[in-house]
Amino acid sequence: MIPVLDLVDVTKVYGDGDAVVRALDGVSLTVNTGDYLAIMGASGSGKSTLMNIIGALDIATTGDYHLDGIDINHLDEDALSIVRNRKIGFIFQSFNLIPRTTALANVELPLAYRGVKRGERRDRAKAALTAVGLSDRMHHRPNELSGGQQQRVAVARALVAQPSLLLADEPTGNLDSRATADVLKLLDQMHDEGRTIVMITHETDVAQHADRVIVLKDGRIDEDRLNR
Amino acid sequence: MNLFESFRSGVQSIMANRLRSGLTMLGIMIGVAAVIVLVAFGQGASNSITGSIEGLGTNLITVFPGTAGGSQADANLAVKDLTVDDAVALNDQVLAPDISAAAPTKRARVSCTAGTLSHGTAMIGSWPVYFEISNSEVSEGGYFTNSDELDGRRVAVIGKTVADNLFDEADPIGKEMTCNGVPFTVLGVLVSKGASGFGDQDDTIIAPLTTVRNHLTGIGSLDTIAVQAASSQTQAQAQEQLTVVLDARHDVDEATRDYQIFNQASLLTTVNQALGIFTALLGAVAAISLLVGGIGITNIMLVSVTERTREIGIRKAIGASRRVILLQFLIESTVLSLIGAFFGLVLAFLVTRVEVAGIQPAIVPASVLGAFVISVGIGLFFGSYPANRAASLRPIEALRHE
Repeated sequence: MIPVLDLVDVTKVYGDGDAVVRALDGVSLTVNTGDYLAIMGASGSGKSTLMNIIGALDIATTGDYHLDGIDINHLDEDALSIVRNRKIGFIFQSFNLIPRTTALANVELPLAYRGVKRGERRDRAKAALTAVGLSDRMHHRPNELSGGQQQRVAVARALVAQPSLLLADEPTGNLDSRATADVLKLLDQMHDEGRTIVMITHETDVAQHADRVIVLKDGRIDEDRLNR
Repeated sequence: MNLFESFRSGVQSIMANRLRSGLTMLGIMIGVAAVIVLVAFGQGASNSITGSIEGLGTNLITVFPGTAGGSQADANLAVKDLTVDDAVALNDQVLAPDISAAAPTKRARVSCTAGTLSHGTAMIGSWPVYFEISNSEVSEGGYFTNSDELDGRRVAVIGKTVADNLFDEADPIGKEMTCNGVPFTVLGVLVSKGASGFGDQDDTIIAPLTTVRNHLTGIGSLDTIAVQAASSQTQAQAQEQLTVVLDARHDVDEATRDYQIFNQASLLTTVNQALGIFTALLGAVAAISLLVGGIGITNIMLVSVTERTREIGIRKAIGASRRVILLQFLIESTVLSLIGAFFGLVLAFLVTRVEVAGIQPAIVPASVLGAFVISVGIGLFFGSYPANRAASLRPIEALRHE
């Protein structure tokens, strides 16, 4: 079986000459379908860089990265945007919904970029919003929703296109404890349904929800353990 | 994401910043209105002048005595007078088939009185066919006839201005007036041609040539022979035949010609050319304001791209390609420009209803179409730089933007 994520000796180097920074220094990582992985690490450990590379938002300097068997390192920008659209569902710390646009339209957006017809798009977006428990908030704009509700809209948006990978970057970083519990419960539920999830966090109790935790330190994997 | 949806999202984000979008549109609106209005004024001026030239007569060619060099040259050459026989010869259908009519004219300055009122004007003596040649129809009464001309009867048809000055409110038909001591009976009043370009065309009296010569001017050279070409297409041929007939009768050639020809068609062409340049200049000046409006669009779109950097980052992260982002901003700037152009058009229609300095502006359909095409072009051109900037933003940097 082809792993969802397959990183081999990935490095990312910023700058040149004396000012060179090795944000990632030889990371190898494999994630299979249905895995729930948490990536931890102090700030400056390379978490965000790794997340950008996994999310096909940035390209590794050296090393190989295959997502669902696709060689990401050799794609141009337009091809990367197609990969992000089809393979990855993003959940960000600061929700990142499009302002002045209803929850429904936000959730429809990935399907719109994929070219799904209007009617089908609407149905699928409604189903995704219902799945995260927001069927009564579809026509609200982001500024009319609480943080927890916004993040649930973001989860719906990440799920609606049926991606191979759910990539969550500090999904609970801006939430109170109740909303945190809600969102983590939602992620657990997705995991139970067999989705592949990679979550970046610095909170140990949040990381406890994952099956497997890796800890980054100075751009290398310092620790790789199974939770259960 | 099809074109229609991109269009909707463009309108949405324009509506989200109403004041700013409105002010930007104002620039395009003023530019478009300026182009359409100024071109309309140019066209209005052209219509008005063309109208007064055509009022002189349809397909009119006028022959004057004398050489092109003026009186000095006339003295050296044996200048023959223009005679009634010349006019008769020009009516020959064999020699001049493209001339439909020719009439000799003799002009006299007259001072006329009727009752207690008096008025000074010019009296033109000619043949009845002159009414047709000079586009002079009567609104009341009738014309004088060939027998009036042959017998030299003292009858006349007067212009509207003359009628107003001599008879005031009264009906002048059948009344008497005395011009330079000679009594005339008024047969008709001419349809008003209005006063524009060439002075008051209604300040005139038309009487039989024989009468004018016998009683007022004496038998001398004619002032002009008015010639009408059969149609506007045959003006050149008519003029050619006219030249052949008169050259033979006067025994002259091109170098020694003792008469001059004034062609209404060539005057119209010249005047229209001059007015065309005038209109184009006006349009060009107005186009500068359209350009300024376009720069306003670039400016506001750059602000919009900077403001929405994070949004662009999100869109790119969830799979928007360069093309989609480019299209979104291009459509936004084009819609902005088009709405501005629409309001500019409305403004132009309102402004051109007003008559200024006796000129009624005439909207040129091509300028309306042109303004729309240009405003779409402006939206695309002036929006392309900001849109390109948005499309080439790197998603990770755009997402980090606060």
